[in-house]
Amino acid sequence: MAQLSANPVITDLRERIAHLEGGLVRRNQVLPFGVREIDEHLPGRGLSFGAVHEFAGGGSGTVDGAAAALFAAGIAARTKGKVIWCLTRPDLFFPALAQAGLDPDRVVFVEADREEDVLASMEEALLFGGLGAVVAELVRLPMTASRRLQLAAEKTGTMGLVVRRWRRQAEASDFGQPTASTTRWRVSVMPSEELPVPGVGRARWFLELMRVKAGECAEFLVGACDDEGRIHLSTGAGDGSDTSLRSVHSR
Amino acid sequence: MTRVVSIYLPELATDRIRRCDPSIPAEQPLVVIARSGSKRWVSAADAAARKAGVHVGMQAAKAQALFRGLMMVDADAAADAAALERITLWALSQYSPIVAVDAPDGIVMDTEGADHLQGGELPMVTGIFNRFHAKGLTARVAVADTWGAAHACARAIQRETVIVPPNETVRAVEQLPVARLRLPEKIVGDLRVLGFRTIGELSATPRAPLALRFGPEIGRRLDQMFGRMAEPIEPIRSPELVQVSRSFAEPIGAAETINKYVGRLVVQLVAELRRSGLGVRRTDLIVEKVDGTRQAIRAGTAKPARDVAWLTRLFRDRTEKIEPGFGIEKLSLIAIVTQPLEEEQRSSSLIEEQNDDITPLIDIFGNRGQRVYRMAPVASDIPERSVRRIAAAAPKVAETWNYQWPRPVRLLDRPDRIEAVALLPDHPPASITWRGKRRRVKRADGPERVFGEWWKRDSELEAVRDYFVVEDEGGERFWIFRAGDGVDPETGSRQWFMHGIFA
Repeated sequence: MAQLSANPVITDLRERIAHLEGGLVRRNQVLPFGVREIDEHLPGRGLSFGAVHEFAGGGSGTVDGAAAALFAAGIAARTKGKVIWCLTRPDLFFPALAQAGLDPDRVVFVEADREEDVLASMEEALLFGGLGAVVAELVRLPMTASRRLQLAAEKTGTMGLVVRRWRRQAEASDFGQPTASTTRWRVSVMPSEELPVPGVGRARWFLELMRVKAGECAEFLVGACDDEGRIHLSTGAGDGSDTSLRSVHSR
Repeated sequence: MTRVVSIYLPELATDRIRRCDPSIPAEQPLVVIARSGSKRWVSAADAAARKAGVHVGMQAAKAQALFRGLMMVDADAAADAAALERITLWALSQYSPIVAVDAPDGIVMDTEGADHLQGGELPMVTGIFNRFHAKGLTARVAVADTWGAAHACARAIQRETVIVPPNETVRAVEQLPVARLRLPEKIVGDLRVLGFRTIGELSATPRAPLALRFGPEIGRRLDQMFGRMAEPIEPIRSPELVQVSRSFAEPIGAAETINKYVGRLVVQLVAELRRSGLGVRRTDLIVEKVDGTRQAIRAGTAKPARDVAWLTRLFRDRTEKIEPGFGIEKLSLIAIVTQPLEEEQRSSSLIEEQNDDITPLIDIFGNRGQRVYRMAPVASDIPERSVRRIAAAAPKVAETWNYQWPRPVRLLDRPDRIEAVALLPDHPPASITWRGKRRRVKRADGPERVFGEWWKRDSELEAVRDYFVVEDEGGERFWIFRAGDGVDPETGSRQWFMHGIFA
């Protein structure tokens, strides 16, 4: 990978640039996924704290944002501290987030009537500091707004997670517009893992890393969040050798 | 644009007596007898007594002679005034930063910028009426642009509440009698002699002869009613309230200056609070301007606060809403609702403990009018009832949901009707049609049976839902249910519904 390049001149330059960009920023603080293949594609080998990460669904997931929200919840569950979740449409069913390892006592919801208020709340929460993560469900994320959020996150080292969900599937082309987010992900649902018996196995997602600062795009086929919010790389073959993958509900 | 709420308590005297002595039955007619010299007369009568023919101003002996069993209580003007003051102070902590007694039988408050906290003007006035009614107080509530108009409308209406839309004052009051103009009784009597009946007639008359005959009072009251003359409301204060203020020799107006002095006032207020061992839950900032108008900003906190940085932050967030106009003469900061707050002893340790108290952040969101809450489990099998909202600053809830089955990330508000092709009684559907799109079911889990809660509603005695997790060819997973167990029609209609979307 680029990070591992042995050239000492490049490494030195990198460090100096990082120093110039802001000495306060704790660049090396990351939250690894615990999956080698994914972490290798991310600078610092994990999702960096003090940055904004964007998640969108694919297909009809652009409207319901279910997979994107659960993916973000899994990441938030693996952080420490309170989680602020800003939204306008209160249709989250918390038991599902609890099943991804997110403790209901940790999450404070901030429900606003307008999209702009969600942006303002998110910025306020990011600037507050000391939180585990700040999640916001947004339709539009203009460049200026995302830049403000990114700066706020850099200032306090809080992780910002933006779940994009649109009113109509056709509007989702908006995700092609550039934003200042550090990473952008698309999470699409895939047929679940095969079980040796009839039933729905562990859900699988097609995870596209669409943009990452100082890194390259990549695609992964992963198994959805387990009860501690972790994902794993799915082999695609449901050979049943990994018994922990089997759904407890299929008995 | 100012908006003023006037609350009229027509039966304050009898309501107060009933509240002091709850043993008086509701159907017992009750009158209050006042004395002037040797004359005893009825100064207040409740609804039952009025129905029996007693009216205010009647001689006591005559009322007594009307029928037996009339309960007569001596008037106590001081107790009435004290009761009204108590109610007003309560309203001050509930509705608006500027609330005053509108003697002898009303309350007036400036609700400009405060009504949205109650959900708008209509919910606010209905809420006021209901809460007064629940406390056994008959109330008439009116909202208008000015104190005069709201006062007149509250006393003129037959129904419980009225809302005069902005800039409609003239139309609302022109038909009201001159007695509603808050003039001395002598002047009202003289005006009647001269043939004036309504406020509209009086306002159409040239001012000069009226002023010559009655003095400036009529013109002043008319101007106040139509909003041509400001009538600031002097908010009620009780000696227990902690208050700090600062007057300026030269009016101030710049945003930085306002912020600077608000910051200093907060420091003073916190010092006062510390002396009395209190923490503040609601704080008002009253801005008095050169032109005699007032503006108020109220900030609430989720738990008692005595922290300079926290309170300063709450006000600094809102000082941009202050319109200095020609300049600000005086700023005051009042702790409206306080609670005891003890000093806490922290054990000192070398390791910095992580401070995860986010109450200041919750307060910032709350004061911006956003809904801040947490989710907590409810012991119910019905999915939509298994979640409730609790206050964000509520203590920790230890329990959580523990389901053997996966739950969807998004739950539809109301289950959507879908078409399904399924083998009865307990096979998952082979295909479903939702929002016009037909999906073949590749995999499914279920049924998970949920029984109705018969202890909540009779109609749920037999009700059953069978939930299935289904996955279509594209991998989209849904949570669907069939009303009924598929055998017994008593348990449900056998129709299929979409209820949630899995990730």
